[in-house]
Amino acid sequence: MSHAAASTDHEHKPYQQHHFESMEQQTQSTLLGIWLFMAQEILFFGGLFAAYTVYRILYPQAWAMGAGTQNVFLGMVNTIVLIGSSLSIVLAVHSARHNDKKGILKWFALTLLLGLVFFGVKAIEYGTKWDHQLVPGLNWDDGHALHTIQEHAPKNVEINELPKGIQLYYSLYFVMTGMHALHMIIGFGLAIWIMIKAARGRFNAEYYPHVEYFGLYWHFVDIVWIFLFPLLYLV
Amino acid sequence: MNDNNTTPPLNYLTNGHTVKSWLLTVDHKRIGILYLIAMTCFFLIGATAATLFRLELATHNANVLANDTYNRLFTMHGIIMVFFFLIPAVPGVLGNFFVPLMIGAKDVAFPRLNLASWYIYMAGGLFTLAAIIGGGIDTGWTFYTPYSSVYADSHVILAGTGVFITGFSSILTGLNFIVTIHKMRAPGLTWMRLPLFIWAQYSTAIINVLGTPVLAITLLLVLAERVLGFGIFDPQKGGDPVLYQHMFWFYSHPAVYIMILPGFGVVSEVLACFSRKRIYGYEFVAFSSLAIAAIGFFVWGHHMFTSSQSPYAGLIFSILTYLVGIPTAIKIFNWTATLYKGSVQLSAPMLYTLGFIGLFLVGGLTGLFLATKAINVHLHDTYFVVAHFHYVMVGGMMMAWLAGLHFWWPKMFGKLYNEFWARVGAVIIFFGFNFTFFPQFIAGYMGMPRRYHVYDIEYQPFQMLSTAGAFFMGIGLIICLVTLVSSLITGKASGKNPWKATGLEWNYASSPPDTHNFTVPIKVDVEAYDYTDERIYQDA
Repeated sequence: MSHAAASTDHEHKPYQQHHFESMEQQTQSTLLGIWLFMAQEILFFGGLFAAYTVYRILYPQAWAMGAGTQNVFLGMVNTIVLIGSSLSIVLAVHSARHNDKKGILKWFALTLLLGLVFFGVKAIEYGTKWDHQLVPGLNWDDGHALHTIQEHAPKNVEINELPKGIQLYYSLYFVMTGMHALHMIIGFGLAIWIMIKAARGRFNAEYYPHVEYFGLYWHFVDIVWIFLFPLLYLV
Repeated sequence: MNDNNTTPPLNYLTNGHTVKSWLLTVDHKRIGILYLIAMTCFFLIGATAATLFRLELATHNANVLANDTYNRLFTMHGIIMVFFFLIPAVPGVLGNFFVPLMIGAKDVAFPRLNLASWYIYMAGGLFTLAAIIGGGIDTGWTFYTPYSSVYADSHVILAGTGVFITGFSSILTGLNFIVTIHKMRAPGLTWMRLPLFIWAQYSTAIINVLGTPVLAITLLLVLAERVLGFGIFDPQKGGDPVLYQHMFWFYSHPAVYIMILPGFGVVSEVLACFSRKRIYGYEFVAFSSLAIAAIGFFVWGHHMFTSSQSPYAGLIFSILTYLVGIPTAIKIFNWTATLYKGSVQLSAPMLYTLGFIGLFLVGGLTGLFLATKAINVHLHDTYFVVAHFHYVMVGGMMMAWLAGLHFWWPKMFGKLYNEFWARVGAVIIFFGFNFTFFPQFIAGYMGMPRRYHVYDIEYQPFQMLSTAGAFFMGIGLIICLVTLVSSLITGKASGKNPWKATGLEWNYASSPPDTHNFTVPIKVDVEAYDYTDERIYQDA
């Protein structure tokens, strides 16, 4: 598929794939493709949010008590960290637009770093839940769970038994945050791939779709967290 | 791979003969052929399972299979046929091959992603095959919880993972088609000039992209429950199995439109060609595909009238289900009107297509029976339901698939099949199909439940007829297969446009097409299905 030999009536730019008629067509196609991908992502998480809604309506008490055991401070830290990483990825796109290779690498590195901080905090949170035996199926313990919930309850509320559906809260907590984390891990892989491309000078001010689309993807992952944080911690 | 003027252009089949040139191809036509081969294999596996349990059902007591084997066989039949044949058949094979050709593009928008979709499909298929070889799965193709997530003693994890993975192939193919149809059309090819096959593929792709991820997350939750012991659908932990059914059918009802809409597209093409007429009410047929895709998302509850779903929700689902009947009926009426005063030619693809219209009509109308809540309570989980969806899926979709395969076969391989034997195959399949599934309507109406291995002797005549019919249909399918495959060796060269059909694929591309599809720039200046256009009657 050598582009030089394509002696057709239009000139191919080096980064135009040859089955496209023009660079504009290529750009529009990939942009539409990435938005459709986002649409399917929304439906993917939509299934989880639907399950969440149904069970929260069924078991409001379990939700209130489950959320009570969360560490809101750590959740807040993670929210800020992720918003920060969104900012840094915007700055990476900005650097790409201005043909600044070092800028792309720098801001991508910061994004990854913030992502790692997020994982560190998440690991602490998961670890705490493991210690409190709050992982359904794997090490769930009714007595221990009740104890933890009593500890976290407001002073004037007395809790004598576990609310119905409490395991559902934790199951959904782990599935939802786990799926979110999986998307971040995939993002890490993509980011490293794009950094390698950037380091090799594959992008310039006219052509940096990977950087831009990664930005969209990363924002999407952030937005999911923006929904998860209030739904799982603050209810 | 330079297509400069000094060397004669190679067609896509002769351009490279190595295994690698096939397995690493990004050519949408070769990927279509890869799907064709894989899908035929899956179809044969699914059909073998059906043959075995049909044999068992011929008599009312158990004499061929053990209970458990019977359960595993019908589950395997369902999973393979639904996820590895019906859903990807027309989009994967005919869609991949012809969407770019019909819109005058060199390829789909994302050729490498397209190849990746095939590999994802194969990976899903391998997981499912592993589940079968390992001993199978006995949950039924619907994976209902909590049986699937807690109690089933079979390979739910492998099969579930297989279906989960294959879903991504649907999503990515759908994404590819939407972008291709939006952005890659030849100059002058406006939306209202598109062949109806493209409209159908477009509508299907929308459902693929928006519906499949919900199935993915649902299966993931089932797997989390089964592997990790999370409680999402397990009543012991407060979970609701009916929520599983909602989430499953939110995808799996639109999925029947994923299966049938591409078939509608095929029917429009074949019918126009062999009636030598423009499809009557083109705009209505085009938009009815979109209408089906849209309304189809809001009818899933009609699978759950006998569950604990609210009766009021059931009422709304029932009404919405009737609504889907409207765009479907629009299509049937317009196709029939297309035949009126057309110059009808009963070629093999046309026989399949006419068979489709009749059988789909029966399937569709019995769907209205089932959408009626009161009748549904009586017919739920009986053979009536089995007959209904086989009329739609086999009588509808499989007939349309065979119509399309015969119709485009000369374009795909440049060879004409034996018309006489192809017609014989079509007629035998039609009658065999009716013998197989019509008795099931009666048995179901009399109250015979589906998925039973041993049954009351009063149903035996119907089951016996069914089994005999299935073997008849099997003979038809074998004739069809032999006819098509032997044409590759002994068939006459077809020439560019053997049916004198309209459409860019027939008039601008050679048979088989060149690697880059077209050698001349394309500019479209006519409506779709303009059978008065002199140009299609000139031989190239």
